[in-house]
Amino acid sequence: MSDPVSALNGASFNGFASVREVGPLGMISLRHKGGAALTKAIKAAVGTKVPAQRKIEVAGDKACGWMSPDEYLLVLPYGEVGAAMDALAKALDGEHHLAADVSDARAVFRVEGDKADQVLAKLSPVDFATLEPGELRRSRAAQVAAAMWAQDGGFTVVCFRSVAVYVMGLLTHSAQPGSELA
Amino acid sequence: MSTRLAKGGRLINRTAPVEFSFNGKKMKGFQGDSLAAALLANDQVMVGRSFKYHRPRGIVAAGPEEPNALVNLGTGARLEPNQRTTTTELFSGLEATSQNHWPSLSFDVGVINNYASRFMPAGFYYKTFMHPRPFWKHVFEPVIRRAAGLGKAPTQGDADRYEQAYAFCDVLVVGAGIAGLKAAKSAADAGQRVILVEQTPVLGGRAPVDDTEVDGKPVEAWLSAMEADLAARDNVTIRVRTVAAGVYDHGYVLADERVADHTPGDGRPKHRLWRIRTAKVINAAGAIERPLSFAGNDIPGVMLAGALRDYVVNYGVSPGDRTVVVTNNDSAYQTALALKAAGLDVPAVLDARASATGALPEAARKAGIRVITGHGIAKVKGGKRVTGVSVCAQAGEGSVTEEIGCDAVAMSGGWSPVVHLWSHCGGKLNWDDTISAFVPDPTRPPLNHDGSAMVEVVGAASGDLDLSGKPSTIPPVWVMPQGAPIKLRSKMWLDYQNDVKVSDVQLAAREGYMSVEHTKRYTTLGMATDQGKLSNINGLAILADSLGSEIPQVGTTTFRPPYTPVTIGALAGESRGDIFQPLRRTPMHEAHEKAGAYFEPVGLWRRPYCFPRAGETHEQAVHREVNNTRNNVGLLDASTLGKIIVKGPDAGKFLDMLYTGVMSTLPVGKCRYGLMCNEQGFLSDDGVVARIDEDTWLCHTTSGGADRIHGWMEDWLQCEWWDWKVFTANVTEQYAQVAVVGPNARKLLESLGGMDVSKEALPFMQWADGTLAGFPVRVYRISFSGELSYEIAVPASHGAAFWEACTKAGKAFDAMPYGTEGLHVLRAEKGFIMIGDETDGTVIPQDLGLDWAISKKKADYLGKRGQDRSYLASPDRWKLVGFETLDGSVIPDGSYIIASGTNANGQRNTQGRVTSTYYSPTLKRGIAMGLLKHGPTRMGEVVEFNTVKGGTVKAKVRDTVFFDKDGEKQNV
Amino acid sequence: MLTLECPYCGVKADETELAPGYEAHLKRFGPGSSPEEFEAYMFARKNPKGVHFERWRHAYGCGKWFLAARCTATLEVFGTYPAQVSEPPADIIKKIQARRPEWKSGWQPDGKGTK
Repeated sequence: MSDPVSALNGASFNGFASVREVGPLGMISLRHKGGAALTKAIKAAVGTKVPAQRKIEVAGDKACGWMSPDEYLLVLPYGEVGAAMDALAKALDGEHHLAADVSDARAVFRVEGDKADQVLAKLSPVDFATLEPGELRRSRAAQVAAAMWAQDGGFTVVCFRSVAVYVMGLLTHSAQPGSELA
Repeated sequence: MSTRLAKGGRLINRTAPVEFSFNGKKMKGFQGDSLAAALLANDQVMVGRSFKYHRPRGIVAAGPEEPNALVNLGTGARLEPNQRTTTTELFSGLEATSQNHWPSLSFDVGVINNYASRFMPAGFYYKTFMHPRPFWKHVFEPVIRRAAGLGKAPTQGDADRYEQAYAFCDVLVVGAGIAGLKAAKSAADAGQRVILVEQTPVLGGRAPVDDTEVDGKPVEAWLSAMEADLAARDNVTIRVRTVAAGVYDHGYVLADERVADHTPGDGRPKHRLWRIRTAKVINAAGAIERPLSFAGNDIPGVMLAGALRDYVVNYGVSPGDRTVVVTNNDSAYQTALALKAAGLDVPAVLDARASATGALPEAARKAGIRVITGHGIAKVKGGKRVTGVSVCAQAGEGSVTEEIGCDAVAMSGGWSPVVHLWSHCGGKLNWDDTISAFVPDPTRPPLNHDGSAMVEVVGAASGDLDLSGKPSTIPPVWVMPQGAPIKLRSKMWLDYQNDVKVSDVQLAAREGYMSVEHTKRYTTLGMATDQGKLSNINGLAILADSLGSEIPQVGTTTFRPPYTPVTIGALAGESRGDIFQPLRRTPMHEAHEKAGAYFEPVGLWRRPYCFPRAGETHEQAVHREVNNTRNNVGLLDASTLGKIIVKGPDAGKFLDMLYTGVMSTLPVGKCRYGLMCNEQGFLSDDGVVARIDEDTWLCHTTSGGADRIHGWMEDWLQCEWWDWKVFTANVTEQYAQVAVVGPNARKLLESLGGMDVSKEALPFMQWADGTLAGFPVRVYRISFSGELSYEIAVPASHGAAFWEACTKAGKAFDAMPYGTEGLHVLRAEKGFIMIGDETDGTVIPQDLGLDWAISKKKADYLGKRGQDRSYLASPDRWKLVGFETLDGSVIPDGSYIIASGTNANGQRNTQGRVTSTYYSPTLKRGIAMGLLKHGPTRMGEVVEFNTVKGGTVKAKVRDTVFFDKDGEKQNV
Repeated sequence: MLTLECPYCGVKADETELAPGYEAHLKRFGPGSSPEEFEAYMFARKNPKGVHFERWRHAYGCGKWFLAARCTATLEVFGTYPAQVSEPPADIIKKIQARRPEWKSGWQPDGKGTK
């Protein structure tokens, strides 16, 4: 078997902020109504606590984001998804839940630089000035769904894999040198 | 003569000369000039011709209200028509050309309309070109269209880039005049997030032009202190060159920032459209001066008094050596004084009022300016340029008391507050008799999401026309002189750009137009690119007078966004070219591109339609692909197929409600075809469902149907059966899916190696997990072609590699990729329905003979009640059958099956229609499916389909399965 | 361009992040229901100038359906609430009554639900 290939194979652009496609990145969509078993399962899978509403808990190269009252996004190295799925199945045995490997269904971008937020402010109806630390915001980037959060001096943007070329086009357009908003 | 003054000009930099051209003629201006100011400095007073009569027109205003001085700006891929010279900043190399004339600006053939103007009254086109009817399309319209239109439409794509951006604030202040600056500061003091937008490149508004005092300080000193104060604050953002174009629901404001209009080609976006969400809008947009209606008020050289003053003070430009001022209020005296101070001649101020005793008139008299009260202009003399005015008593009918030679006229008919942003979302207005203007009624504001006032109005926009707070009085003067006969009234322009005169509005009233909205459309008053900023109030005052009514009773036309035109590029933003819309690509997209695929859109997906080889037509390619799939093996990229996991203790029960058939009884490891209907009973989607484990099902949906069906599932789970324990996940994009189809399919997979795909290990309608060529796969033994067929799902990150592996291994078995058209032909040969072909939102499964997929035992499923409706249960419905033409030809797409007689509209009766029609390369003839009244009972009958060319094609009714009726090929 | 607060995730969502779902609090009528009941469920929709209850999905967000009470004339929003209820919550009704004392009409197709 070949190595997994991310949607754009690491494409990048340097404008007033830098944009690069990262990955492949492991992602699990976990649906569960909450409770002690969930806490245990998330801990076992990615080592974080259960994130509060709209928050993402980061622990090293793993994270768990709140997607909706009964949906969480687990982020982890691509190669560790199988083990994490096993851990979830074990911890949630007998509990009503759904865990789906969605690593391949997504494209992930990093937008970095002092003005990274300005790139995103051109695409999403999101008030980045009031975005709280550790807040995961689901919204849209122009015409497609996107989730984004601030991390390590930049933003991580997640979209569907099939529109990766479109989103890269958006980010490139928005990061053009000279088009800073302030 | 209009010229540059030796000194003055607060906005220009005399050490920075700028070269530009107008109609090819090289001219010089300074940095800081508006194009209008620079044209006036070069004695270019006449800059265009009017729309209907082609009359010479000059610059009237100094701001966005300008109706006349519109030009084509730039050339080629940077040509923009209808650009206002008054708001265009001068830059080096600017190229402008005048509009609406032929062959030249000073000699224009269309001016004949001017001499014929008394034969072209309001509604001329409506009245004249009614009869004979056929003439409109073939004679009148083409001629009128050639003569119509102002600017030139660009013929090349726009070379510039545009973008949009979102912004959020507590207070958005529109207009950076004194009132706006004060409002911004006080909001900032209160700790609120403030955005201040100003349409011009500088702050301060009109106050610095009039050299007033603010808070006891000279205005310039006050201004620089204020600018420094606001600039130092973190919670204030100031954006100049930004027009708030429209206010919408819940504090949503669109603002157009002209980022690089004045620096074209520097790589920055030309415009940026701001999408601002604010808790409150403070409208400090000021007021616009109104013209006076006197004969010849459109002759170049007649300008608004405030604008004329702007040119003198802001740009050091003198629009004329001798300027007669005509007014009904004190503000125009400022212009007289400014002209005098600049060393220019003001032979007289004609004041329509009986007396003028305010501080400004007194100052004018003291400066030696002759003030003639109770008088106005009977007529302006001149053609392409003012040469003088005839003076008359305002109270009379225009008897000339005196002639005054002059080369400019400064007029002021009072000021209209800019209430647009107040009114866009329904803020109401009151008529203020004191200043003869509509002003916002603070008790009836536009409302926000919480019911509070969304817009507040301050400064001149609120009707406060005097900075000192003293109420100004402006008596109405709608016609000058008040008893003007028709000869004068038919030369009094209301709407300069659309050539609407006082006499036109009066004619409309005489012809029975009562409503201001109707009169507007009949006369075209206020319908030009300036949207009546100068003309509307004057026009409706004339209408009110003609109707013997009061202005408040007549009311205003509706104020609609945008305040000033917003270029389409800004509205499109980033949505151009490659990112016009999101195109969805499968993991194998690049491989298909390399293989020369011809793509077709399927929803937002792009799927290969076929893979043409050198010298092949698309049709030939499709036939080759179909034949090869039937005879050897074909590879199809089926990644777009929707895949939704449904899991939970109640998942079976849920799927039984969702599908017309029973899914809860499906054994683990098996697949079942299912239909989904909407609540009306109409077929909505179909696909194969696989039982993964005890409480998990995987539902396949149509390509492009995944999001819709996932949303449909969530809707029922969240809003109707919220106590059912079911979770769903849309995993469509997690998997690339390859269909390996044809007699050699098994051999191909066996050559990849890794799992047992034999008939025994993996029978038809079952699935299995395993590996193929080392890839982790899930293999579904399902068929949409009637052939031995496997659909193989691999993680999308391996999709391209797996496709390549199949292609490589396939060489030994004569494998070829096939596209969506081949897929369609293959399924049609087998009589399989396609959502969107056999269905159109009015078709129930029973119409398609799919009763076998509908459970008779279930008490309920979505759509069951709908299907019980008598109309849907009727035996007279059109039902699905197959057709084969007698001559072997292909029935045209969209054909109807004709019946005898005609309907009530005289159209031929129909009894059915074709839904799928193809040339079958397998059978070497045309095949079709379609809906026919009583279809299944009419086997063997010959019916007639209409054709595009006329005539009909005969076809025999038959069953829908054209090939391998017993399913022997797929069952091996 | 409305803003509605999603009661599930607390985001003050822009209208472009939402998908409309039309009238709220409809009662489903399935097999066995009368033609009148089915017609009311399927087709009879109120179109009030004033207080109205609607379904919205936070489509570009948490994906959840929620309900909103708003005035179709002034666009005032009285509140949003989760979809798992068969009638508007008491606090929303109270808020509407405070803001619109004259409000009488119910939220069901047959006008029932008046409080």
